[in-house]
Amino acid sequence: MKDWAVAVHENFKTLGVRVVGYVPDAGHKKLIELCQTDATLRSVVLSTEEEGIGLLAGAWLGGARGALLMQSSGVGNCINALGMVRECRFPLLMLVTMRGEFGEFNPWQVPMGQATPVVLAAMGVVVHQAATAEEVAPAVNAASQLAYGSYQAVAVLISQGVIGIKSFQEQSDQ
Amino acid sequence: MSGLLRRRDAVKALLEKRAGVLVVAGLGSTAWDCTAAGDSPLTFPLWGAMGNAAMIGLGLALAQPSRRVLVITGDGEMLMGLGALATIGVQKPGNLAVVVIDNERYGETGMQATHTAHGVDLAKVALGCGFGSAMQVREPEELAALCTAVHAGQGPLLAQVKVAAEKLPLVLPPREGGLLKTRFRRALLGERADLD
Repeated sequence: MKDWAVAVHENFKTLGVRVVGYVPDAGHKKLIELCQTDATLRSVVLSTEEEGIGLLAGAWLGGARGALLMQSSGVGNCINALGMVRECRFPLLMLVTMRGEFGEFNPWQVPMGQATPVVLAAMGVVVHQAATAEEVAPAVNAASQLAYGSYQAVAVLISQGVIGIKSFQEQSDQ
Repeated sequence: MSGLLRRRDAVKALLEKRAGVLVVAGLGSTAWDCTAAGDSPLTFPLWGAMGNAAMIGLGLALAQPSRRVLVITGDGEMLMGLGALATIGVQKPGNLAVVVIDNERYGETGMQATHTAHGVDLAKVALGCGFGSAMQVREPEELAALCTAVHAGQGPLLAQVKVAAEKLPLVLPPREGGLLKTRFRRALLGERADLD
């Protein structure tokens, strides 16, 4: 099976994504590296996730498509900025690697992880879930169509089961 | 302490020769200042998303590298998104200028003092973040140099313009976000905006 990060990067190319904003997460490591080495994409490291909402809004104002990569803890940082997305009907494609969700070992991750789909829905963001590695690429394909075909804000939540982090040691080894 | 400059004079000077410059106006007084200088479809005035004006400017600057992008925002708005200066400093967009109209107050909520009233120097922060140039502007005689730097200088630039703390008549742009987005894209991209 093709690595989901490779398939998602190919989807970005097909979609015409020109700007990728990210706050690093171990689960996004390979996709971030693929984007950083792609000369047709501008990879933008963010100091906090909400910056990415503004980045992609500005890119869309300028005629460019984008995508935003973050961990579930970062979704909480985006909430007020998502109000602009909804009021202006900006298209938005978010790929969220989940923590606090499937076999979490760090209790501090659990509250935001469990609240992630709830608060996204509360702000009008359509949520797609990818529970297995096989589901990630189809979910991102569908989400990108919904975002840029139908001008919606869409988040793909990539399960902690896909990322497979079950201990601090595994996290540091990623 | 507040400067001698008046905010609407500074913003008017920045915008009166704007030509094709793309403008993002931070929420509150700077949006009203930009509207007072003349509403334009190529101005995107914010009514919310506090702290994100500079990042919207960055996204726009990256998407439109051949156009100049000018963010005009307030000190309170900029302080809420200081990390954006680090993010811009990494990207170093040559076509982006951020002008902070600094009255050292939260003007929409009762004129409470902001951090800049206590000495926080946004120009130094920008330099520390990797901006190629940053300046503080305090005198009317400095406005011409500010306009030259914004419209012809190499970015990214941050200018902290110290202005008097004054309450001025509201001059409001349209409020509806969808309208503001669509008029901006149509003015910039033409018919393609509606088909993309």
